[in-house]
Amino acid sequence: MRVSNNPSVIICTTQLSRSFRKIAALRAIDLSIQRGEIFGLVGPDGAGKTTMLRLLAAVMTPTAGQVTVVGHDSVKDAEKIRGQVGYMPQRFSLYGDLSVQENLQFYADIFGVHGPERQRRFEQVLSFAHMSDIPDRRAKQLSGGMQKKLGLACTLIHRPDVLLLDEPTTGVDPVSRREFWDLLTELHLQGTTIVVSTPYMDEAERCNRIGLLFKGELIECGTPREIKALVQGQVVEFHPDRLEVARAVLSHQPGVLEVQVYGTLLHVFVEDATVVWPRLQTVLGEAEVKVDNVRLIHPRMEEAFISLIRRQVG
Amino acid sequence: MTEDTFAIQTEKLSKRFGHFVAVNSVTFNVRRGTIFGFLGPNGAGKTTTMRMLLGLLRPSGGKAKILGYDVAHQPRAVKKRIGYMSQRFSLYDDLTVEENLLFFGRTYGLRGARLRERIQYALRMADLIGREQTPGRELAGGFRQRMALGAAILHDPELIFLDEPTAGVDPVSRRSFWELLYQLVNDEGVTIFVTTHYMDEAEQCQELAFIHGGQIVAQGSPADLKVTLMRGVVIELTPDDPPEAMRLLKEASAAGALRVDDIALYGAQIHLVAQDAAQAQQQLAEVLTTGGVQFDPPDVIRPSLEDVFLSAIR
Repeated sequence: MRVSNNPSVIICTTQLSRSFRKIAALRAIDLSIQRGEIFGLVGPDGAGKTTMLRLLAAVMTPTAGQVTVVGHDSVKDAEKIRGQVGYMPQRFSLYGDLSVQENLQFYADIFGVHGPERQRRFEQVLSFAHMSDIPDRRAKQLSGGMQKKLGLACTLIHRPDVLLLDEPTTGVDPVSRREFWDLLTELHLQGTTIVVSTPYMDEAERCNRIGLLFKGELIECGTPREIKALVQGQVVEFHPDRLEVARAVLSHQPGVLEVQVYGTLLHVFVEDATVVWPRLQTVLGEAEVKVDNVRLIHPRMEEAFISLIRRQVG
Repeated sequence: MTEDTFAIQTEKLSKRFGHFVAVNSVTFNVRRGTIFGFLGPNGAGKTTTMRMLLGLLRPSGGKAKILGYDVAHQPRAVKKRIGYMSQRFSLYDDLTVEENLLFFGRTYGLRGARLRERIQYALRMADLIGREQTPGRELAGGFRQRMALGAAILHDPELIFLDEPTAGVDPVSRRSFWELLYQLVNDEGVTIFVTTHYMDEAEQCQELAFIHGGQIVAQGSPADLKVTLMRGVVIELTPDDPPEAMRLLKEASAAGALRVDDIALYGAQIHLVAQDAAQAQQQLAEVLTTGGVQFDPPDVIRPSLEDVFLSAIR
C-alpha cells in the first residue's frame, strides 16, 4: 500500500478494486502512469474502462485498494484531485441552448476560474479548439466532432495536469477524429498527462502505452509495439475463392495458431510461414480452394487485440 | 442485364433543402451479392442519400433504381424487398428476444409457419439460440447488434441497408458482426449497403464510395483506392525523443523547410505524408540532426485506409 515516491509517476493505483453489489467491475489493478504519458485504455464493452476512469477522476470511491493522482489520495483528497484533473465522461454535458462561450463560462464557474485569468483562459481554449470565430454559436448547432472539441475545451478550462477522457471520439467521423487527436498531441507536447479509453485500435496505436482490460482485470500493459509483439507468429493474408471451406480446413492444421476472417480475406496466424505455408497450400489445394493475393502482413493492433481477447475467452 | 447485375443504380441523384445542396448529382452502382461501403464525414450527405435510396425522401433530381424498381415511383415494391437497420435501432427492452422478433416479423406481414420459420432462422444466424427468453435490456452490446440485424432480415430481403451498425461496439464484437454479414452475402446472396466510421471495417468491403460535400469523390475497391487515391506516401519515423522531434518537424514544416502534407504522432513513431518521399526524407534528416534528435532510418509504409480517406478530402 505504499505510494510511489517516484516524482515522474503521476497516477498510481494499488490493488484497485470496485464492485457493484456483488459484481466485480475491477479487480486488483496495479498501474503506474508517468507524467506526460498518453495512456490508452482498451478492452471489450463491459471490461471496466469507464469504472477505471471514474475512479481515477475521484468521482467514484474504490471498494478496495487505493488511487493516487498528482500525489493525492482519491478518497481523502477527492476535491484536490478534481481541481487538478480534467474528466470528460462519455456523455459530456454541454448545454445545447447555451452558446460556446456560455458553456465555457459555466465550466469556469464550476472550477472557480475567476479574475484576470478567466478571460485569458477563454481565449486560449477557444483558439486551441479552433473555435475563436464562433463563440456565439449554440452548442446544439455544432457538428458531433465540434461538440467533442468544445467538451475538451470545457474540460481544459482550469488547466488540469491530467486529462481523463472516456471514449471521446466514439461516433465521430475519421476527419474529426484526426483533428481531435491532433489537439491531444498538442496537449501531450505541452506536458499534459492523458488517459484515454477508445474502441478504435488505430487510436490505441497513437498512445505511448496501452492497458488492455478484460472482465475487470488488466491483462496486458505495454507500448503498442510490445502489445503487438505478444501475438505469436506471423500472419499470412490471402483471398480464398471459398472462404468457409478454407477456414474449416485450416483451423485444425498443425502450426496454425489462429484463423481470423477479414472481409473476403483470411488472416492465418502461423508459427513460421516459410515452413507452414507450403503445407497449408497443399491442404487448400486438396480441398479444391483457390487462393490469390497471398502476402505476409504485420499484425496491426486490431488483430492483436482480437487475438489477445480470444485467448482469454479460450 | 443491368437489373440482374446491380442491386442499386443511381443516376445524378440530388437533394436540395432550400438553397442547400445536400446531395449533388451522385452516380454509382452496387453489384448484387456484394458488401458496399458508403463513407464520408458527418454532414457529407451519407444519411440523405441513404434516405432517398430507402424511399423515405424524394430526390430533387436524378433517380435511383433499387433492385430494378424506381424508388421514387414504386416505393412499396422496394420496401418489401429491402431491410434496414438504423443507427439507433429500436429494440424493446421489456420484451424478450423472441417477442421482439415476433413483433418485427408481424410488422413485416409475416404470419403462421412462415413467421416461426423466419424467427428460427434469425435466432440461428444471430447466435441467439438459448437466449429466446432473455429480456432485451439484458442483452450485451454485441448481441443487441445481432438481434437488430436478425430483425432487419426477417422478411428475407434481397438488399440490406445498415447505418453505422457497429458505432461504439468493441473490436471483437465488430469482427464477429462482420463475419455474420459475409455469411449473409455468401449463403443467402444478399447485397449489403453499409455506412461506417471504422476504417478497418471499410477495408472489409468489396467496393467503397467516398462522399464529401454532397459529391462522390472516389469509388473503387479498398486496394485500388489505396493506389489511385493516395496523394503522396506515408513515412514512418522512430526518433529517440518523439515529442522533441514532433516540435522540430512542425516548426520546419511551418517555416517551409520541410515539405509534407501531414505530421502525426503515433506513440513512439511519427507519420509524415509527403508528395516527394526522397526530398522529405532528406529534409527531415537535416531538421532532426540539426536539432540533436537521433532516429532510425525512416520507412515508407503502406497507407491505412484512413490515411487515404484523409488525403482524398483534405
